[in-house]
Amino acid sequence: MAKKLMKGAEAIGEAAVQAGCHLFFGYPITPQNEIPEYLSSRLPQVGGTFVQAESEVASINMLYGAAGAGERVMTSSSSPGISLMAEGISYCAGAKLPVVIVNIMRAGPGLGGILPSQADYFQATKGLAHGDFRVLVLAPWSIQEAADLVQDAFDLADYYRNPVMVVGDGLIGQMMEPVEFYEDRQPIKELPPKTWASTGWKRDRPKAIINSLFLDPAELEQHNIDLKKKYDLMERDEVRFATYGALDSADVVIVAYGTVARVCLSAIEALENDGIKVAMVRPITLWPFPYEAVREVASKAKDILVVELSTGQMIEDVRLALHRPRPIHFHCRLGGMLVSPEEVIDKVKAIKAGTSEEVHYA
Amino acid sequence: MPEAVFVRPDSLSDVSTHYCPGCTHGIIHRLVAEVIDELGIRERTVGVAPVGCSVLAYNYFDCDFHEAAHGRAPAVATGIKRARPDLAVFAYQGDGDLASIGMAEIVHCANRGEKVTVVFVNNAIYGMTGGQMAPTTMPGQSATTCQMGRDVETAGHPIRVAELISTLRTPAFVARASSHSPLAAVNAKEMLRRAFKYQVEGRCFSLVEVLSTCPTNWGLTPAESTEWLEKTMLPYYPLGVFKTPDGDDRAPLPRKP
Repeated sequence: MAKKLMKGAEAIGEAAVQAGCHLFFGYPITPQNEIPEYLSSRLPQVGGTFVQAESEVASINMLYGAAGAGERVMTSSSSPGISLMAEGISYCAGAKLPVVIVNIMRAGPGLGGILPSQADYFQATKGLAHGDFRVLVLAPWSIQEAADLVQDAFDLADYYRNPVMVVGDGLIGQMMEPVEFYEDRQPIKELPPKTWASTGWKRDRPKAIINSLFLDPAELEQHNIDLKKKYDLMERDEVRFATYGALDSADVVIVAYGTVARVCLSAIEALENDGIKVAMVRPITLWPFPYEAVREVASKAKDILVVELSTGQMIEDVRLALHRPRPIHFHCRLGGMLVSPEEVIDKVKAIKAGTSEEVHYA
Repeated sequence: MPEAVFVRPDSLSDVSTHYCPGCTHGIIHRLVAEVIDELGIRERTVGVAPVGCSVLAYNYFDCDFHEAAHGRAPAVATGIKRARPDLAVFAYQGDGDLASIGMAEIVHCANRGEKVTVVFVNNAIYGMTGGQMAPTTMPGQSATTCQMGRDVETAGHPIRVAELISTLRTPAFVARASSHSPLAAVNAKEMLRRAFKYQVEGRCFSLVEVLSTCPTNWGLTPAESTEWLEKTMLPYYPLGVFKTPDGDDRAPLPRKP
């Protein structure tokens, strides 16, 4: 297919359709409404179904039903709506259901604001809901990457029988960029048939029970162990990141993700012209986090700078990545304000000049 | 050769249930299973279990099942049915699950006209958690969280779910039945049969409320419980059919010109 100029939200919706997802359940919330709006008209064209649910609580449970019946299914929401889905996401994880959840993050806490933010990093990567579980978290930095990652998300969800979350900020939802969908796209994993799904039982296989309840503690312990083995595989096999700039001789290495990383890349190019060498590690999977990549690049750089649209949630993972305790510099904008390339340039220059105050000493 | 005159329905698993003596969940399970058998739809039936006493229903029905989060069974049923419209989907819920935490899900599932069947078991109390006040607990009925009896001044009056759902235009079949006597159970089965049949015919959402006893948490013997249901619940929760697919209250409205 030729490249087409698409709004991020539409590209995310179309990516789901291209991935064979014919079911979408969601509840309106700004700034992601264009995703359900697009799919409400697009899905019927491919024989699919769009349901505007009564709440995010209902949406995620509709996903639980549809995924349990063996179909690819997606919802999208924004931060407060994801909080409402938390219970259901935990049930999906417990029942080993492949669902895809898109979070177009807005500023919080509470009702917060409707403008771009990365304030849900902790929620997505550390504490999405009750119980002992993980979800893969994919963070695109462009509309093309959003389209690609949404398609990958369905394969990963099916392969691991686990929820996968795609997180973007409001810019990913609202920007327009050229996008290409590939007609001959193949699944990125070998996907076995869903013989576990509840499709009606002819007694020719074990009865399908889509369930997260284990009253016998020994059985639940084994379930927890099995889930952990799955998460270990994800940590081993699914780490994704990209690196940029002067990786072997950087004055400063930046760690940033999503659209913030694009702003940082602009700054890196400008700084190069001024003779300042900057590298960047961009996590594409927020969980599993690319600890080794950050460790390696940071080990060759004089200083470390984290740039985020939150008060420094990712710093914790960057600290974990380092070989030894080192100072970390930090720059952020909050509340829906955006980081500019000029701010990053000034910050890097301040680090070089020794006038930037580190935020984290070990 | 001896002839079997009473056998376990094919749609029930060959296991013992965990239900208390005098509880009518077992009877209601059986009625649902007999209806599924008689309609010949076991192989394409998927059930949804609630959180509550019937949380383990997936062990008792011999068909594919989902165990839903508390109150969310109608949303889960929606997801299954929309994913696979060829399936017959039913949710089995109690009063705390459906009429308290899950009120939004049941109302909107009914109002969208999801082609699923909801079996709503009303025993006027939270059973599994140990006898707390339910939205359907009767005025003056004591429970562990209203030990002097339900005070309608602070807790309001019990919710009549069948009547509430039947105020909606979309649902096709809404009825209330009871399980406290053989005759009532025969009627309950007929209500369930109609509810499942309308679903199989693709005619719309159906809900059957079934009054049930809870001797354990009511603090009564099974026989006393039956009597209490008759004297206390039946006058407030009248049995009957509240909505039918061809009722005038479902006539199509003109679309916006």
